[in-house]
Amino acid sequence: MTDTTSRYTRADFQSDQEVRWCPGCGDYTILASMQTFLAEAGLDREKVVFVSGIGCSSRFPYYMSTYGFHGIHGRAPAIASGIALANPALSVWVVTGDGDGLSIGGNHIIHAMRRNLNLKVLLFNNQIYGLTKGQFSPTSESGKRTKSSPTGALGRPFNPVSLALGAEASFVARTIDMDRPHTIEVLRRAYQHRGSAFIEIYQNCNVFNDKAFVELSGKDERLVNRINLEHGKPVVFGANGERGVTLVGGSARIVDVAEVGVGALHVHDEHTPDPSAAFALSRLAHGPHGPTPLGVFRDVQRPAYEDDLQRQIGDAQSGRGPADLAEMIRQTGTWAVN
Amino acid sequence: MSEPQRALSAGRADAATPPADPAAPADAAGPTDPAAPAAGRLLELTVTDLALLERVRIAFSDGLNVITGETGAGKSLLIDALGLALGARADPGLVRHDAQAARLPLLYSSYPITPASEILHELSRYQRLGVRTFQAEDEIAAAGVALGAAFAGSLGVTGTSGPGLALKSEMMSLAVMIELPMIIVDVQRAGPSTGMPTKTEQADLLMAVHGRHGEAPLPVLAVASPADAFGTMIEAARIAVKYMTPVIVLSDGYIANSAEPWLLPDLETLPDISVPFVTGLGGEPRFLPYRRDPETLARGWALPGTPGLEHRVGGLEKEDVTGEVSHNPANHQHMVMQRERKVAGIAAGIPELAVDADPGAGLLVIGWGSTYPAIFAGVRQARARGAKVARAHLRHLNPFPRNLGEVLRRYPRVLVPELNRGQLRQLLRAEFLVDAIGLNKVQGMPFKTSEIEEKIVEMTRP
Repeated sequence: MTDTTSRYTRADFQSDQEVRWCPGCGDYTILASMQTFLAEAGLDREKVVFVSGIGCSSRFPYYMSTYGFHGIHGRAPAIASGIALANPALSVWVVTGDGDGLSIGGNHIIHAMRRNLNLKVLLFNNQIYGLTKGQFSPTSESGKRTKSSPTGALGRPFNPVSLALGAEASFVARTIDMDRPHTIEVLRRAYQHRGSAFIEIYQNCNVFNDKAFVELSGKDERLVNRINLEHGKPVVFGANGERGVTLVGGSARIVDVAEVGVGALHVHDEHTPDPSAAFALSRLAHGPHGPTPLGVFRDVQRPAYEDDLQRQIGDAQSGRGPADLAEMIRQTGTWAVN
Repeated sequence: MSEPQRALSAGRADAATPPADPAAPADAAGPTDPAAPAAGRLLELTVTDLALLERVRIAFSDGLNVITGETGAGKSLLIDALGLALGARADPGLVRHDAQAARLPLLYSSYPITPASEILHELSRYQRLGVRTFQAEDEIAAAGVALGAAFAGSLGVTGTSGPGLALKSEMMSLAVMIELPMIIVDVQRAGPSTGMPTKTEQADLLMAVHGRHGEAPLPVLAVASPADAFGTMIEAARIAVKYMTPVIVLSDGYIANSAEPWLLPDLETLPDISVPFVTGLGGEPRFLPYRRDPETLARGWALPGTPGLEHRVGGLEKEDVTGEVSHNPANHQHMVMQRERKVAGIAAGIPELAVDADPGAGLLVIGWGSTYPAIFAGVRQARARGAKVARAHLRHLNPFPRNLGEVLRRYPRVLVPELNRGQLRQLLRAEFLVDAIGLNKVQGMPFKTSEIEEKIVEMTRP
């Protein structure tokens, strides 16, 4: 990072609004990570836009001193797409949650990924509806007992990383609220990626779904369960790197390194065009329960939608130059009335 | 820029040079080497939106032309323009900054639906004009993209038919709340639900005027014929940006599938739809996004990318002037009233309703939208049979023209032909307490002139 050259501090990105999340909410740490990242990256406030939908996480734009648009439930990716199309020079960030982004707004998320507009989608996943006080969400585990599912939630939850990979996302990552350096690094990577970026952020809701991610955040648990994906390196984890991941028949499996040898382990490649290996890694954990990968699953280059659109317009205008409206409306089917 | 009329003739460019456009490559202008032997002569140079030159047109004379002018008048820019016309690489920074104010870029965002898809098809062919079209994943997204584009400084337009208008309703309420310009075109078809998608109807009027949650007034216009669509859309854009409001334009399947001769407009005489974007703090310590123009009650439009004007908009109620989130009871009532007054105030800037009346007419026939030709011809035929009748047609359905109440009260009887069950009639009765009579047809077909004619003859019979 280039702290020394940055003109800004974290405080420059804090708005004067009173932050109104519950005390202890994971959203506070994500907000702090974002403000730190923007200051370190030296982004100009006026060139950054935060767009959100509805939900706890969607209050985020009010707490940033940048431009912001607090939209309606689920529709932030659509509004953000319009902003990015109208002014490709802006840095556009979508803040959404598991209900906003994957339930009411699921259609918009997948199409934003497929189009590859230059949007950075931050999905705060707390696996519960917080703002409406505790109903199960599309990422809640099967059988979860909530106010709206007293005998257990039916159906299977989404795995957001798998979903984004299936939706042709060119950048997919996962991080966790409590690990600020990791969050900041993932934000930096997403910012550097030209095109859509999807970041799932495990976020603790200490009121309605406390300790949902303790297997990745607990002092002892994380040593056992957290798999840090690193490009170009064999996928290993555990206190002493004693466990690893192999890909067999397209599926990812947890193995003891001593048993199979380091050479048999899967070497993570963020840039491989085929998303199959990234998808297999995303299937290691559903929840998270047990060993769960964090980091950048996929980072491939593909033309951004607005760049392609600009190229089409440029092509249309080259040669004969931009059209003249007067000339165009006179092109066909005109005659003089004398 | 009247100074530099006499120019030093370049004398090197190709003959009969077309007007130079700074954004255009020069291959149309012939030889790209300005030092080539004189094969011809520069006749005319037109420069548009280049740095400080807004629009300059210079016709060169024979022989020696001399450019004079004060420092900073733009003499060198003319030479630059010539260079660009001859193929020099353009720096985008040279494009006049506030050109955007006079000509908003258009972004049309839509989801395919009969009978509105043709708008998307047609505009998608206009990339040469810089038009951006976007086929969204659904109706809601189409509206969201248009509104997002408006936030970032485009003229955001979305088009649909009745089922899609219903889906866009929540986004329109958001647009009312955040007070950004946006145009929603509803090409009506026979409903409810999928109804008869290829057949015409005018049954979305009440949805357009009232169909939103909360107190969410917005202006509604109607297109009377294919040719009238041109002027109506310009009027919609004028209202949207002047009053910072979403505007609904109603068309229907009959208009969408009709054709008629259209007198080509003189583009120079079109209304100036310039937008005074907010670019500075104007002496305030910070930007006040809900400070209003005292005349129009429109708030300022500040674009992302403008330093110092960072602000947040959103669906939560805002405090007047500051734009801070507010749950204050008195503020909410005040803001509801401000939004209502703003839309009602549009009436002050629209023409009074014109009436085509026979002397002594006792019946007014008033319509809106695609019934225009049937009513026009029906009235003419009834007149031929001796009926004394007055005729008027509404383009503005919310707010109504300011003289509408007076016009309605001028005639003892009022007939409202509509391709619905009486929606304009309900609005007229509710607002003006007139005993308007309906002539209503819902068969997916336009009126026949004879249907209008017979009703007029019946109502004017002594």
